[in-house]
Parts: sequence; C-alpha cells; structure tokens
Amino acid sequence: MGIFGNFLRKFLKALFAKKGNVKLGLYGPPNGGKTTLANKITMDWLGEEMGSVSPIAHETREIQIKEQVTIKSKGKELTFSLVDTPGIATKIDFEEFIKSGMEEKEAKSRAKEATKGVIDAIKWLDDMDAVVIVLDATKDPYSQVNITIIGNLEARKIPVLIVANKIDLKKADIKKVQAAFPQYDVIGISAKYGTNVDNFYESLFKITNK
Amino acid sequence: MLTLQFIPYSEIGSLNSDKKVQKLLRVVQEEKIILLEGRLASTEKSELIRKTMEEIDEKFKGIEIEELDLDKKDKAFLEKIKTVLINFIMGSRRGLTIIGPASIIKEIKKDPDKIQLFTEESRKRRK
Repeated sequence: MGIFGNFLRKFLKALFAKKGNVKLGLYGPPNGGKTTLANKITMDWLGEEMGSVSPIAHETREIQIKEQVTIKSKGKELTFSLVDTPGIATKIDFEEFIKSGMEEKEAKSRAKEATKGVIDAIKWLDDMDAVVIVLDATKDPYSQVNITIIGNLEARKIPVLIVANKIDLKKADIKKVQAAFPQYDVIGISAKYGTNVDNFYESLFKITNK
Repeated sequence: MLTLQFIPYSEIGSLNSDKKVQKLLRVVQEEKIILLEGRLASTEKSELIRKTMEEIDEKFKGIEIEELDLDKKDKAFLEKIKTVLINFIMGSRRGLTIIGPASIIKEIKKDPDKIQLFTEESRKRRK
C-alpha cells in the first residue's frame, strides 16, 4: 500500500472516528456479490449506486466507502459507513482474465491491482465495527478463504453476519452454508433481485446492537 | 514431477508467525506441495494470503490451501477439554494442512472430513 496508502487509511479512520460512525464491511471471496449488495443498499437508501459489477472476478480492486448510509426498519434507525472490499483470494492468475477476453496488458494490470486489493482488504479488517460476509450460495462454503476471514473476525471479536447470496439460482444451497457456519446467523438473499433484503436489513440492527 | 514435503509440527511450532509464513511460502515457491502436521491460526493464514499476494507475478500464481480439523470430531465433553488443554500447551498440532502452488494444484475439495487434491494432470484425466 505504501506510505501514502497507510496515511490515507489512517486519515479515513480518524475521519470516521470523529463522526462516530459504525463501519460496516462487506467481505468475501471474489464474485460473491459484495458490490451488487452494496449497490442494492445504497440504491435503496441513498438512491445511487456504489460500484461497477462484472462476471469477471476482481472487478472491485480498491476499497470503496459510502458514508452516512441510514437504514430504517420497524421504527429503528441505523447509520453506518458502508465499506465494500475487494474479494479475498489465495491465487490470482492473469491468464484467467485473458480467457475472459481481455488483452494481455490489461489482464496483467488487473491481476496486479487485484493482489493489492486483497492486501488492502486484509489490512482493513482491523478497522471494521461489524462485517457482512457475502458468499455465493451456489459454491462450496468450506473454502479456506471463508474460514480464514471468519476466523480473523472471531479473533478480533468483530460481529459477523453471513449472507448466502444468489438464492435466485437453482444451485443455491442455504442449508449447506448454515451447516458450514452453525455459530452464525445466515440470511439467504438475492442482492440482484432484492429477495429477502428486508430481513437482511433487520439483521444489520442485530449485529450492530442497535 | 510432483514433490510432496512433509513438515512436522516440531519444525515450525517454535517459530513466530512471520517466520512460519515465510518458511511455508518459500517451500511452495519451490513448487512443492506441503503436508503440514497441524493447523495454522486464522491470523497466520491471513498473513500467508497477504504475503502470497505480495509475491504473485507472471510465474507464481498464488497458493491453494486446505486443512482437516480433527478436533471437531471429538464429541465427548471431557475429550474436548483435553484437546483444548493440549492445544493450549502444544499449539494446534492436531489436524493436517495442505498448501501448494496454484500452478500445480488445480482444486482441493473438502467434504468436510476428507480432502481431495486435484493436480493439473489429474484434472486432464478426469475430462
């Protein structure tokens, strides 16, 4: 991240601390739907999107922050800064991007940015007040990336909500996600179509103790 | 040629997290698959991912990692207490961790009590 990056991170952290904001992080492996969910939240409550989405992995390669998001549910109000993070992966192969139709130069640049994004996402774990783990419910939940993220949050005593996303797809299996992480609340949603997001919003009050 | 390297817990148990991660990553970058006795802490795994990202280039594509947690199988309460005490004294030496270069390991499946590892060659044969 470099000296400037660290300075920027500390500056943003200090800025948030001043405003007394809750920092709500969206974490998970690439292509789980973090930015789709971030866009759903910001569209619902601010009327604007947060970031671009793509079927090619590692579309989000920088931390994205949307401040002062206020959600309301059953007469309660919750204000937080929404932090959308790059997907955490153990491998990044520029050749996979080429297979998706990218030019070699663009693919290499995307891979380089993606590695930096993963490093930043891990660094920012310490700064979160609560985290929503966004998993693709059609994929195997027992991956080491998922277990590592959750283990780190547990070690830091940061509240966690697990979202089993993409329940609109036939292969989605919420029960498998629940079985993998029985100690956490798991909410099945479709961020793309807005299915069950009301329950998701209600759960945010629970994990932030509001 | 596929090379497996067994690393007993005694070889890394006394190292601090930084040295442990450095040692494991060095072996993986030699294109060897590590069979590690025991499990890494979550913070060590995130450090391993972070360091891996710093090392990625056109040749080194990253790692695959999976582990078996044998402690979860101890169902009796007294047995669990015993396990916690052993782990507290000796570290997480129970279980098994597989770490290898992503260029060789194409897929690791966990089911969740068994691990299946597929290399580039085995994947071609399956097709």
